[in-house]
Amino acid sequence: MPRVVVDVMPKSEILDPQGKAVQGALPRLGFEGVTEVRQGKRFELELEGELTEERMAEVRQMAETLLSNPVIEDFSVSVADEPSGSGSQG
Amino acid sequence: MRVGVVTFPGSLDDVDAQRAVRLAGGEPVALWHGDHDLQGVDAVILPGGFSYGDYLRCGAIARFAPVVTEVIAAAHEGLPVLGICNGFQILCESHLLPGALVRNENRKFGCLDQRVRIETADTRWTADYADGQELTIVLKNGEGSYVADEQTLDMLEAEGRVVARYAGPNPNGSLREIAGISNAAGNVVGLMPHPEHAVEALCGPGTDGLGFFTSVLRVPASAG
Repeated sequence: MPRVVVDVMPKSEILDPQGKAVQGALPRLGFEGVTEVRQGKRFELELEGELTEERMAEVRQMAETLLSNPVIEDFSVSVADEPSGSGSQG
Repeated sequence: MRVGVVTFPGSLDDVDAQRAVRLAGGEPVALWHGDHDLQGVDAVILPGGFSYGDYLRCGAIARFAPVVTEVIAAAHEGLPVLGICNGFQILCESHLLPGALVRNENRKFGCLDQRVRIETADTRWTADYADGQELTIVLKNGEGSYVADEQTLDMLEAEGRVVARYAGPNPNGSLREIAGISNAAGNVVGLMPHPEHAVEALCGPGTDGLGFFTSVLRVPASAG
C-alpha cells in the first residue's frame, strides 16, 4: 500500500516557541553550534489502491483543509520509499 | 433571549458561560457538539477549554463538529457568535475570523487578572461598553498569541474590527496587543480572555465581564 508523507512546518515569519525551547535545551546538554530549531509535524498516510495523480491531489487537499492551517503553516507532500517487489511478504 | 452554549468533549468553561448568560438576564441553552441542531437559539457561545484534547491544533477538530457547521452557516446569516479562548481558536480555524492563535511567546500558560481595553462598542457583544473602556477580566491560556499577516492586521484596524486589546504589558506576544476581533458584520467576535469568569463579585476579579453577555441581549437598532 502506498504511503504518503505530509510534512507541516510553521511559516518562517511565525515565531516558533517550541523550536526555541528545544534550541535552548541543546547547549545545556553539551550540543553546540545549533543556530536555529523549528518544530513541525509529520503525517504518514497509508492509502488504499493505486497512487494516482488524483489521489495525490486529494492528499494535498487533506493537508490544506485539516492537517495544516495555511495561515500559520506550510506543508509539503511526498511519497515514502517503498520496499521493492511490492506485494510479497518476504 | 435564548443563548446557546456549545459543549465539546474537553470544554471547560461551558457551565460558567451558561451561568454568565443567566446572570445577564438571558436563557442559556446547552448545545451538544455532535448535534446538527442549534435548537432555535438567538445567539451562540463557543466556550473555553481544550476541545478534542487540542489534538492536531487548538480548534482544528472542533471546527468540523456537526454543531459548528450549523454555527458557521448561521453566523453567515447574522447569528451573534462569541468564541472565548478555545472558542476564538475554533472561529479562526473555521475561517469565520482571520488569523490564528499560536503558542504564547513566553511559552508559559498564563493565568491572571488581565486589563483589557474595549476598542469598539460597535459589535453585538460589546454594545454595553464604551469605546476605550478598560476592564479587568481573566486571561488563562497557553496558545493565545494572535497572529496574522500585516495586510490582515491593517485591514482589521482600518475596518474597526479590533474589538479588544491588552492594556499594559503584552501577556502572550499577540501582534498589536490584540485580545479580540470581529468579523466585518460585527456579529461574530473572538476573544482570548474570559469575561465569563468576571461576572460575580464573589468569584473572580469583579463583574467587568458581564457586559459581553448583556450586550447580546439588546435588540440591534437595525433589526427594528
